[in-house]
Amino acid sequence: MTAAAVRRWVAPVLLGVVALLLWQAFVVGAGIKPYLLPSPTAIVEQLVLVLPLVWSAALATGMNVLVGLVVGSVVAIGAAIVAARSRMADTLLSPTAAALSVMPIVALAPALNTMFGTTSTTPRRLVVSVVVFAPVFVNMLRGLRQVQPVHRDLLKAYAATPRQITRTVTIPGALPYLFTGLRIASSTAVIAAIVAEYFGGLQNGLGSRITSAASNSAYARAWAFVLGAILLGLVFYLATLALERAVARRQGG
Amino acid sequence: MTNAVEARGVGKVFSSRSGEVSALEGIDLHVAAGEFVSLIGPSGCGKSTLLRLIADLDTPTTGELTVFGKTPQQAREAQDYGIAFQQAGLLPWRTVTANVELPLELHGVGKGERAVRAKELLSLVGLDEFAGHFPHQLSGGMQQRVAIARSLAERPSLLLMDEPFGALDEMTRERMQTELVRICAESGAAVVFVTHSIPEAVFLSQRVVVMSPRPGRISAVVPITLGDVRGEGLREDASFFAAVTAVREALHGTPVTARGVDLR
Amino acid sequence: MTDLATTLAPERTAPVPVRPRERSTARRRILVGVLAVLLLAALWELVKVVVPDAGGHLGEASVLPRTDDLAMPHVWDIVERVLQPETSATGSPTVLGAMLSACWFTLRVALAGWLVGSVGGLLLAALMQRWQLAEHALVPWVVLSQTVPLIALAPLVVGWGGRIHIGAFEWQRWMSVALIASYLAFFPVTIGALRGFQSPPAAQVELFRAQAATWNRTMLSLRLPASVPYLLPALRLGAATAVVGAIVAEVSTGTKGGIGRLIISYAQSASGDPAKPWAAIAAAALLGLLAAGLVSLLGLGLGRYRYAEVR
Repeated sequence: MTAAAVRRWVAPVLLGVVALLLWQAFVVGAGIKPYLLPSPTAIVEQLVLVLPLVWSAALATGMNVLVGLVVGSVVAIGAAIVAARSRMADTLLSPTAAALSVMPIVALAPALNTMFGTTSTTPRRLVVSVVVFAPVFVNMLRGLRQVQPVHRDLLKAYAATPRQITRTVTIPGALPYLFTGLRIASSTAVIAAIVAEYFGGLQNGLGSRITSAASNSAYARAWAFVLGAILLGLVFYLATLALERAVARRQGG
Repeated sequence: MTNAVEARGVGKVFSSRSGEVSALEGIDLHVAAGEFVSLIGPSGCGKSTLLRLIADLDTPTTGELTVFGKTPQQAREAQDYGIAFQQAGLLPWRTVTANVELPLELHGVGKGERAVRAKELLSLVGLDEFAGHFPHQLSGGMQQRVAIARSLAERPSLLLMDEPFGALDEMTRERMQTELVRICAESGAAVVFVTHSIPEAVFLSQRVVVMSPRPGRISAVVPITLGDVRGEGLREDASFFAAVTAVREALHGTPVTARGVDLR
Repeated sequence: MTDLATTLAPERTAPVPVRPRERSTARRRILVGVLAVLLLAALWELVKVVVPDAGGHLGEASVLPRTDDLAMPHVWDIVERVLQPETSATGSPTVLGAMLSACWFTLRVALAGWLVGSVGGLLLAALMQRWQLAEHALVPWVVLSQTVPLIALAPLVVGWGGRIHIGAFEWQRWMSVALIASYLAFFPVTIGALRGFQSPPAAQVELFRAQAATWNRTMLSLRLPASVPYLLPALRLGAATAVVGAIVAEVSTGTKGGIGRLIISYAQSASGDPAKPWAAIAAAALLGLLAAGLVSLLGLGLGRYRYAEVR
């Protein structure tokens, strides 16, 4: 390992450890009540206790994220392809995506619960899909549009058909952008899936567990579920990152 | 024999937000088959525009332009020419071989034949060892050689080159020029070569077309009679310097007294 | 690259300042927005006609919504309901009035949070720009916290309301809401500002260095102006996430007065009053647009710094 690599890895890890120690010392030393902030050791203790519950809740929430992510991305990719081809579709879709990206989509959750039934997972998956749409659409469209002028000239000089241009230049060029979009979408998807659970409905996911633990004053347990949520977010983030890297490597990037 | 390029009274007007700008006016030019012609002139003289018109990447506003007796569009669709730009313009996600094969692939040439041709071309430009590399692993000069190999892939009878060596250092540039002379002699293609380097134009061309800006016009045509065999030695020959001087004076419109100053 | 063809060809015009185009696009945007809302309303009514009242199931999962008037009231019923009083009690404000005051409440809290979060984000980014060690140590955590659902903490922070006393200062519930909002605004702003501060090319940085400019001077005259194209979108995103944070925090705190509370309480009365929840959702959507729009106003005076906006 080079000195730079040491700095790059050691500094953040050291900071994390120091922060944890300070947290522990602060909570124990100052006698902070658990409703304000439980100590890291108390949280880990609880996590070990409720591990099976965290696991099943993470599975339930994770499934919502996965389904919503896939559905939302497929729709967004399709919409971006249409928008790249038709000016009219673009003038309608692009501002819609921009508006969606600043709207609090989770607000839809209670109404969707009424529409699909409170025992259904569909409302949450739908919320995730809508949240995913904007980042995937915007990045995919940008990727489809970023063809370099010199490549465009070249393909025109070769009298390439539109289909050939799409296959040889547009799609390979757009892929890295698509994966950037998916990476952003995957973390917002996890957030949306958890937050959607705060708005009622099924009680099987991480979000519901956090609220119910908090309302029962089981603060350390609530934090344990938060830890589970953080791990779930990491799993999705790393999965999309790995996918992105794999595609980049195949393309010689 | 039909001329490779024939332009009569060609003009091009670009309309932009701030009004219309005449980029080219009254261009009369012919390039014979197998002839090497350079277009030279200061920035904004429309030399690249003229090249883009020949390549059918833009359309002339006025005048008549034919490529091998056809309209530029027909010539483009028939793939009568190969083209190289100042940027190599390689597709970053394709290997060197796959980049050279691109035009062949687009025009339905079979896999086996493509591979054979790509191998030939890469040895022509001296890059056999780099067939499996990706563009970002190559130096600028090597990337440009790949682009030239690509432009030769379909054995075009006309090569259009827009400052292909513009981004290279002087040493690489001279080596590439020597190679280009050899490649052109082997392929027998006509070349229209855009540059703003006087020695480069003189070293490569049979005729140098000197252009002036606002609006872009041909101000002089300087024939270069240095023979067909052009080696490194030519660069230090008195006849070469004389030709350089002739082009420089044509470029400035008046005799230049100070010698040996390369105005670029 | 100085040839006429390259400077004049339409797709290669020099970067155009964002501002002159903005006015015409603003009008078009509103037009498109109205069109999109009309299309949505038409789609809504179409779904109501086509899909059976009981919805559709695929195995266990319900894939099509219930479309009776309880689940999906007619668009005109929603509009009509908005203009009527909120409850049957005398003196009750209209739903529209209740929505507006709730939006105003949440907007203030969200903007307070956004302000705190943005200032914090800017300071942290400047710190990371100043000391590379800080950057190395902090960036992974900042990126990490953007990718993991820290908003899950909302129900916990909310418990602070009324329980913290520092001298005469008492922690209010709305402060928990604003804190969560600021927390969400903080990260996009930090990342955007850092990227912006680091955006000047080496040649410009070295020019300042060659003239023995101090760090402060370089920051003020080079890095800060150069960061504008990165910062504005980040601030806009921060405003949007602050609104989400505020709404979610209101829901998990049960803070009264805001739009989050309205969404929940209207949803609870949906069986008797099906149009109300949709009115609250529309209000929340408008609130998001409004917050982002307000922050966009910041960009109006900064036209010359926005030659190339990064999103």
